[in-house]
Amino acid sequence: MVDEKILLAILMTTSIGAVAGYLGTLMLSKRMSLVGGPLGHLTLPGITIALLYGFDVSIGAFIMLTLAIILIWLFEKRTKLPLETLTAIVFTSSVAVAFLYLPDEEVEQALIGDISQLTLITTTLSVLLSIAVFFLVKKIYKKMVFITFSEDIAKSEKINIDKYNLIYLIAVALVIGLGIRIVGSLLTAAIVAIPAATSRNLSINLKQYAYGGAIAGGLAGLLGIVIFQHFSISAGPAVIISSTGLFLFSTVFKRT
Amino acid sequence: MFKKIITMENNHLALRVKNLTVELNNQKIIEDLSFEVKKGETLVVLGPNGAGKTTLLRALLGIIPYKGEVIWSVKNTSYLPPNELMQRKEILPLTVEDFYSLKEIGKEKIFQSLKSVGLEESLFKKRIANLSTGQFQRLGIAWSLVDNPDTLLFDEPTSGIDIGGTETIYSLLHEFWEKQKLTIILVTHDLSVVWEHADNVICLNKTGLCYGTPSVALTTENLKQLYGVGVKYYKHKRDG
Repeated sequence: MVDEKILLAILMTTSIGAVAGYLGTLMLSKRMSLVGGPLGHLTLPGITIALLYGFDVSIGAFIMLTLAIILIWLFEKRTKLPLETLTAIVFTSSVAVAFLYLPDEEVEQALIGDISQLTLITTTLSVLLSIAVFFLVKKIYKKMVFITFSEDIAKSEKINIDKYNLIYLIAVALVIGLGIRIVGSLLTAAIVAIPAATSRNLSINLKQYAYGGAIAGGLAGLLGIVIFQHFSISAGPAVIISSTGLFLFSTVFKRT
Repeated sequence: MFKKIITMENNHLALRVKNLTVELNNQKIIEDLSFEVKKGETLVVLGPNGAGKTTLLRALLGIIPYKGEVIWSVKNTSYLPPNELMQRKEILPLTVEDFYSLKEIGKEKIFQSLKSVGLEESLFKKRIANLSTGQFQRLGIAWSLVDNPDTLLFDEPTSGIDIGGTETIYSLLHEFWEKQKLTIILVTHDLSVVWEHADNVICLNKTGLCYGTPSVALTTENLKQLYGVGVKYYKHKRDG
């Protein structure tokens, strides 16, 4: 008989892993895979407040992501500095501020995630939100590929680039906010980057690439929880190690 | 702010450009440029590197902000940027089928499109990254023509390919121009293309240095002024 907590963990990590892998394929093609890292770190003050006041870490993460994005946007308007520089300033400051208040006993949970406190409600909400984000990304996928391929041609074809980029960025924020539930704020880049890279190695067309990312991400989530259960290591790193294993496998069987 | 492109009705003109000025990062890239393009005309934009040729096409398409008037009287334009598709063909594992699906084109139309530029149907499932340069260049042209535009804006469609390939691409373009009565605005460095295919030519180096039929516009003096050095002047049979 499978433990109820483990079943909930499998449901959550598989669904979040799948949507992160699916979105990751778009992020990889836009050379944005590493962005998942700074965005994950940005959530740390939000996670800290959530842990201190006892509410859901994803809610804290979403609030912090929204604030940080507005802050970066305002700084860019005011200073005209490159976005990556401003992101670096905001994300490192976030980490520094978070560590002023983060209780020592909560550091591990904040950094690499914790699935031990899962409830049926949080799991159901996470799964439903993952499904919703999946369909949102599916709706914009082709247009985002077009924009990635050539922004000028997309503009000349009257594709509303700002609208699609905004939806894409909202999806990224939602996936990062969900992702910290399983891998914490430190490892979020991995859940979007590795499954997409695995899929890139094994796919020969766009459909295989997109859904391959979802399969690789979901499978890494499932395998991660199996490892977590049998070897008593934290679920977050277990998910990432599983994902890395799948990636190594894909390098052996890479298709051209 | 992007300026709305005004559209003309019932006119023999495809495009009228009046006092076009484009400024990017506080620098004037194009200044006070005016010209017209008739329907079915081939206009070649000629100029040295950094003269504002690509900027001109982007302004005409409304992709970048500008001052002045750009008035179109066409139904459907298609744009092929310089070398852009070539550089990005390996970003994603796109097959030829996937590439067309970005424009939501059905299978039958894809086959017709491939055939129109002399490509085999068997390329349908092939990854675009695995096509030869010539095949990819043909595909780019077929792709930009697949939704039946009446106007083409091509920016250096043959850069990076050899003389034989260049000949083929321009012959193909000429064929489509004849068959579909297309209006073509073409950016190129290649003077022989001007003599071979252009009805009119603009010499651009920030401002319009010359404008008219090749025989009127491309004088030795104008070319020297455009490129800053003496350019060998040679005419093609079309000019008589």
